[in-house]
Amino acid sequence: MTERLRVRVDPDKCQGHARCKALAPELFELDEYGNAHEAGDGIVPPGLEDKAWLARSNCPEIAIDVIEE
Amino acid sequence: MSDVSQPAAHPPVTDWVNDFDHTDPQWTDDPFPIWEELRATSPVVHTERFLGCYMPTTYEAVREIANDTEHFSSRRIIVRDVRPEVARNAAPPITSDPPVHKPAKQLLLPPFTPDAMKKLEPRMRAICNELIDGFIADGKVDAAARYSKYIPVQAIAHMLGIPESDSDLFINWIHMILELGIKDETKLLQAVQEMSAYFRTHIEARRSKPTDDLISYLMNAKDKEGQPLEESHVLGSLRLLLIAGIDTTWSAIGSSLWHLARTPADRERLIAEPALIPTAVEELLRAYSPVTMAREVVKETTVSGCPVKAGNMVLLSFPAANRDPKMFPDADKVVIDRRENRHAAFGLGIHRCVGSNLARMEMQVALEEWLKRIPDFRLDPAGTVTWSQGTVRGPRQLPFLLGRAM
Ligand code: SF4
Repeated sequence: MTERLRVRVDPDKCQGHARCKALAPELFELDEYGNAHEAGDGIVPPGLEDKAWLARSNCPEIAIDVIEE
Repeated sequence: MSDVSQPAAHPPVTDWVNDFDHTDPQWTDDPFPIWEELRATSPVVHTERFLGCYMPTTYEAVREIANDTEHFSSRRIIVRDVRPEVARNAAPPITSDPPVHKPAKQLLLPPFTPDAMKKLEPRMRAICNELIDGFIADGKVDAAARYSKYIPVQAIAHMLGIPESDSDLFINWIHMILELGIKDETKLLQAVQEMSAYFRTHIEARRSKPTDDLISYLMNAKDKEGQPLEESHVLGSLRLLLIAGIDTTWSAIGSSLWHLARTPADRERLIAEPALIPTAVEELLRAYSPVTMAREVVKETTVSGCPVKAGNMVLLSFPAANRDPKMFPDADKVVIDRRENRHAAFGLGIHRCVGSNLARMEMQVALEEWLKRIPDFRLDPAGTVTWSQGTVRGPRQLPFLLGRAM
């Protein structure tokens, strides 16, 4: 499996539930209001794929995309 | 002690699908089969009670309504027997609609981020252990009255900078607003007035002696135009923080302990694998979500294909959504290592609970500290478990026997 994953938070949908940050702290950052954005360019380092999917399936607002590149 | 009197009775429900009532004793006792029956009938059901009220029964229908601020207003957030004039700044931002909602909410978000909660955690652990010290030697305890109740009260008192020793006062106001107030307007108004007077005194005191708590934070906050908030806004938000912070988390911690008392396998697993506690907390939040909010239909529309008419209330049952088997496989089972869990216990959309990070931290700490010191406990067969009525659901009496020997 050589494909690379990238996470993306839709800022219009995110309501700051912070589930992504709790489940995948390496992949997400929160702003001063607790709303999330992807860390850096959102590219998921090898080994953290599972956490990316986990964050996606636990976001109550369905605000997280995991893109297979 | 708090006022334990119960609200006046409604006629008992005989037809749940067309005449439901979330204050009926049967619902209070065990709502789960009722939701199942309603969900099997329609994604949205209606009752003539409460001057007309809908209830979405599926996750999808709840989600649709929570995200639709055009047809559904948050100016009323509790389904009650009466609909008095809406007070201005009742409890912003929860009672606000767009566009005034966003600035009011943004004001409250920074003090409740996960990082801010981390700083509070040591104090919470100390509170939990002080409470346990108070009863652990007795071999039995009402865990609702002596443990789960005081954790959120003391946390929010700490954040607001008001005396933790006034806890019983706060608990009584909240009982009057969220339970008795559904059917008795005077109780609600009395509690709101007493709360406002209480906070006014604290505001006055801070004018001469500023502090670094949430009351001072709101007093110093500026609106979009750079002006200080109106006093009614400050008071409304303070009332919200006190009301929203207590009953809800009290209920969530109590339901979790109730589950663990009855489910030794889950309890033993959490003791053996404490790292699983955060995941288990999410599942307990899903399965026993305490909070049901409300909306008012302000414009006719359809929800999941069902027509809804203006002038009705909506019982926005996040707990029922969280039991929808279409969204959650084995929705009626508590699976403490459930991996996919988009539960809606803290609401969905712009009105997501501002205190969700606080509640999660309190639940985790409350369970961790309890399980560390009291690994063995079960329901006391000589006692009775009772549940609160209406807007927030949780155990109000939770008699436990502690320790293996019992
Ligand atoms: S879990 Fe979803 S809603 Fe919550 S902060 Fe992350 S992206 Fe935003």
